[in-house]
Amino acid sequence: MASSTKHYPNRLGIVGWLLGGRWGLERYMYTLHRVTGLGILFYFVLHILVTSTRALGAEWWEGAMVRVGHPIFKIGEFLVFAAFVIHGLNGIRLIAIELGWAVGKAEEPVYPYRSSLHVQRPVLIGVMIVAAVFLALGGWDFLQVTH
Amino acid sequence: MRETKYWIWHLAAGVLILFLLGLHMAIMHLDSLFGAWGLNPSGGEAIAWNNVVARSRMAAMIVVYIALLGAALYHGFYGLRTIVFELGIGPALQKAVTVGLWTAGLCLFVLGAIAAIAAGRL
Ligand code: HEM
Repeated sequence: MASSTKHYPNRLGIVGWLLGGRWGLERYMYTLHRVTGLGILFYFVLHILVTSTRALGAEWWEGAMVRVGHPIFKIGEFLVFAAFVIHGLNGIRLIAIELGWAVGKAEEPVYPYRSSLHVQRPVLIGVMIVAAVFLALGGWDFLQVTH
Repeated sequence: MRETKYWIWHLAAGVLILFLLGLHMAIMHLDSLFGAWGLNPSGGEAIAWNNVVARSRMAAMIVVYIALLGAALYHGFYGLRTIVFELGIGPALQKAVTVGLWTAGLCLFVLGAIAAIAAGRL
């Protein structure tokens, strides 16, 4: 969460997104969530500019569609879809954790200790499996090239 | 706290986007399925001009487009702001970033909303 009052030094900066040491899977999901979020945002700004041309009439629209019709844009569109699936599903996981729904009940620490990771990790694996299914279905649809 | 409120809105917008963007992607890519609902009346590709006009004229679509536009701009720019703040910038720069992102977001919102409303009269 952002705070506009205090600020603490961020020692690693952007380098820490990947090269922070031996971090768990969740930390790499943090990086993936960022990268997908920024990717979708970049696409979204362009998307607003491109699709707004429809208000100017058929010629403008068709001109814009020709310009973004190159196969490289098709690959880009698949990446946007993939980013949406990963970011959206992982976002639901983050919300569940941040609001305390997916961290398990507080309990007395009796050996062998259980941490909240016992709940969080299976949720993460589940999210990744669901994402993989959507990516496969979406990939199949994109390969039909007619779209 | 005000910051907490902004953050809760960011999460709420995320949930709304998941629903609306899922719908948007389904309409645009599962076009054969949605043709039957009048969302692709001319058949063929969802982005063909006649289909674009048909959807743009629907009041419900105009509302959905503007809601998705607002939610995604807020969510995306708030997220970008979080990332920039996390790099450890001082309060003066934080303020400038907030103002800059609000300005950019509002400009894009106005552009997209005007386009959605104007396209309703095509
Ligand atoms: C598909 C539905 C979406 C859901 C459920 C979702 C959810 C989330 C969540 C939970 C966060 C992290 C908030 C936090 O932990 O404090 C987040 C961050 C972010 N989201 Fe989304 N989001 C969605 C769509 C989008 C879209 C469409 C964009 C771009 C326009 C976007 C851009 C971002 C960015 C840039 C961040 C900041 C990343 C960070 O703080 O590391 N998201 N999203």
